[in-house]
Amino acid sequence: MSTIFRPYNSSSGQRSDRSAGDRLRHRQKVREAIRNNIADIIAEESIIGKDHNRIIKVPIRGVKEYRFIYGDNAPGVGEGGDGDPKPGDVVGQGEEGKAGQQAGNRPGVDYYETDVSLDELIDLMFEDLELPDLERKRLRKIEFERLIRQKGYRRKGIRVRLDKKRTALSRVKRKKAMQRRQSARPQANPELVQLERFPFHRDDLRYHHTVTDTREESNAVVLCIMDTSGSMDTMKKYLSRSFFFLLYQFISTRYQNVEIVFIAHHTEAKEVTEDEFFHKGESGGTMISSGYIKALEIIEQRYHPALWNVYVFHCSDGDNFESDNPATLKAAQELAKAANLFGYGEIKPLGSGYYGSSLISFFSQIQEPNFLAVQIQKKEDVWSSFKTFLTKDRAKEDAA
Amino acid sequence: MATDYSLDDLENWNERIIQLVQRFGLDPYDQEFEICDHEDMLSYMVYSGMPSHYPHWSYGKSFEKLKTLYDYGISGLPYEMVINSNPSIAYLMRDNSLALQVLTIAHVYGHNDFFKNNFTFRSTRAEFTIANFKSHANRVRHYVEDPSIGLERVESVVDAAHALSLQCRRNLAVRKPTAAEERQRKIEEAKLPDDPFHAVHRRRQVAEPDLQKVPLYPDQDLLLFIRDHNPLLAEWEKDLLTIVHEEAQYFIPQIETKIMNEGWASFWHKRILENLDLPQGLHLEFLVRHTQVLRPAPGSINPYHVGMKIWEDIEKRWQNPSAAEEKEFGPRKKSANEKLFEVREVERDSSFLRRYLTEDLLRELNLFEYKNQGNQQVVSHVADDDNWQHIKDTLIRNVGTGTIPVIKVVDADYRNNRTLLLQHDHDGRDLQLEYAEKTLQYVQQLWGHDVAMETVNDNQRAILELSDRKLAVKKSA
Repeated sequence: MSTIFRPYNSSSGQRSDRSAGDRLRHRQKVREAIRNNIADIIAEESIIGKDHNRIIKVPIRGVKEYRFIYGDNAPGVGEGGDGDPKPGDVVGQGEEGKAGQQAGNRPGVDYYETDVSLDELIDLMFEDLELPDLERKRLRKIEFERLIRQKGYRRKGIRVRLDKKRTALSRVKRKKAMQRRQSARPQANPELVQLERFPFHRDDLRYHHTVTDTREESNAVVLCIMDTSGSMDTMKKYLSRSFFFLLYQFISTRYQNVEIVFIAHHTEAKEVTEDEFFHKGESGGTMISSGYIKALEIIEQRYHPALWNVYVFHCSDGDNFESDNPATLKAAQELAKAANLFGYGEIKPLGSGYYGSSLISFFSQIQEPNFLAVQIQKKEDVWSSFKTFLTKDRAKEDAA
Repeated sequence: MATDYSLDDLENWNERIIQLVQRFGLDPYDQEFEICDHEDMLSYMVYSGMPSHYPHWSYGKSFEKLKTLYDYGISGLPYEMVINSNPSIAYLMRDNSLALQVLTIAHVYGHNDFFKNNFTFRSTRAEFTIANFKSHANRVRHYVEDPSIGLERVESVVDAAHALSLQCRRNLAVRKPTAAEERQRKIEEAKLPDDPFHAVHRRRQVAEPDLQKVPLYPDQDLLLFIRDHNPLLAEWEKDLLTIVHEEAQYFIPQIETKIMNEGWASFWHKRILENLDLPQGLHLEFLVRHTQVLRPAPGSINPYHVGMKIWEDIEKRWQNPSAAEEKEFGPRKKSANEKLFEVREVERDSSFLRRYLTEDLLRELNLFEYKNQGNQQVVSHVADDDNWQHIKDTLIRNVGTGTIPVIKVVDADYRNNRTLLLQHDHDGRDLQLEYAEKTLQYVQQLWGHDVAMETVNDNQRAILELSDRKLAVKKSA
């Protein structure tokens, strides 16, 4: 028998990253799998209110390799080592505890975790929406900026806009042209050949030309109104927060020039910061009209509908103080008039019991076409109701 | 990175190792060693050590997984990787120390000898290994690049084929009968046995065998069966099934002899290094590394450790049989060495453990059986007088291909509508149903018609079927 040793070849030209293609394909599949499970993922509490660059662990299905395998009632054998195992001793935590050991002969938990940045996830979320025309053009255009910029050159103009370089250049051109003419027919104009000076001529002068530019810019403001009253329990707050979170992410990735106002209300409303909005709990009774009136105030003061595209979203459990209802209705109608879209999401977790009147039926009196009410009962509804809101918006725009 | 040895060092040590290999009577193929770095090693691990392998995303997945584990220091890389081919190819990690390289080289010759001589590897045709894998890779790439096929369709077939690849025959030393032979056998079976008293007995009726049935006998090679009996498959699809099947067949012997093979290589590397007159520094490091590799893995089975223990035990029992053994079996007819080499040739893990894992050794290894309770593994039996045999049985069912459920095609025209009927040979272990659902979907995809599978679930006979891609379990008493 013979033996050959092949030395290590360190020249990178001869080495190839042979698994690169397969790794790429695997990552594509992971992305696909994330997209397919997006509704599950965004319902995960952990991503709500996190900042953009954070890496989150996303459990995904769909890249597992399935085979016929034995289930839980298949016993195994282990070595006791120096220990003294006795019947009844716990020796492992299922497959989870034994990372890397004996992979493949038993199913792990049906999750495969991967790291994705929140931004990437949000991109995926909106890819999933398949709303291609949700672009800036859909917003009302407002003449926004006047810019004066240079555009081309002219032979006439005012002194300050004289372009010295261009002027000098055209003089050189003229001189060259004349010299060539001279050398072609030297007898024609003999005195010019000896000419020593070659001064600027009026025809050489060049001026900047300027135009005024109007850029149409879209201004949008989104008012997020959330009921933080005592009847909004953790689950309800969580549902409405996830909804707003989606909305917030959506808006901040899609529009450059957008302002977001957070309003929290119980019996009275106040404007809060993003952080407070997503993280702070409140209690008290419910006067929805207070939130609406606050929103109207803010619109009036800062975001006039003539200049701004106004979007208003409100989440509540619909458990309003009876006597407040007429005021609420009136305010809601006004809001619907002022806003491009006014969405109302009613959070009614399954099994939460009867909570007096639902505002959804009450709000059916609002005739404005840009008013939309949906009911969110469970985590999984958040995504679909979010979609409903946005597609409603689109349908309206399409009709326009 | 500088290494503490040169290629000449390795060649010198290799010369001395080879002398011992030959003195001990090992009989390996020619050997090639390739020095590589850790990135290369990761790649070789992912692609089973093959210099050329067809592409599939699952290899990218395992690369990422291995790399993550390695980068975080959760698991190291193997010291060596050796493939069953003629000449055998092994990879040595450049950054390993000289002692580790010497140990690895000796270990590799153990594997190499095992590949060449163990009966399960006869079917692998080691001289064609590299060329076969290369040809598979070329063919798959060709289909991927063919504009009328493309990556997506190739991938979908390979995904499905991978799910079924290990559903194949396990004992490849037994030749698979041809269709004509099976037919002949069916006819022979139906014939009446010769009756010497036919004059007095009443003539029995010959039950005519159903020769139209497909398959005549249950068939374990799922991929091949589908390839040969689904007329709707295109040639390239059939070829992909063949490729995946052939690769699985190549690895079956390695799955079947994991404990023996690792034990054999460890047994010999120990012997070789002990006889190599290593300088003290190298010798001490060898002892440390050897102990690391050979330490028992509490809670699971370390094939190196269990395997080597059994080989050592065989040698000991044939060199100095105990009085009880002497009495039971009579004087040994074979020398210990002859016995070792005979066992290395004719056994596989299940038979190896059945014949040579004695009660004493099982107790020494302190083996126990565990069961799953909820999310925990709980010890159910320990090696005492009543249960050691039970533990041994469980262990035997958990080695080699024992961890893969036996599933056969029994009828290709079940219910007369081309439903493919599979049968799971239930041995007390139920199938994991979620995996069964997904895998049956793959069977359905390849078969092109409905599929059904007979199994036992919760002590009840059950038929698994897919309706609208969801698993339906129909139980009967």
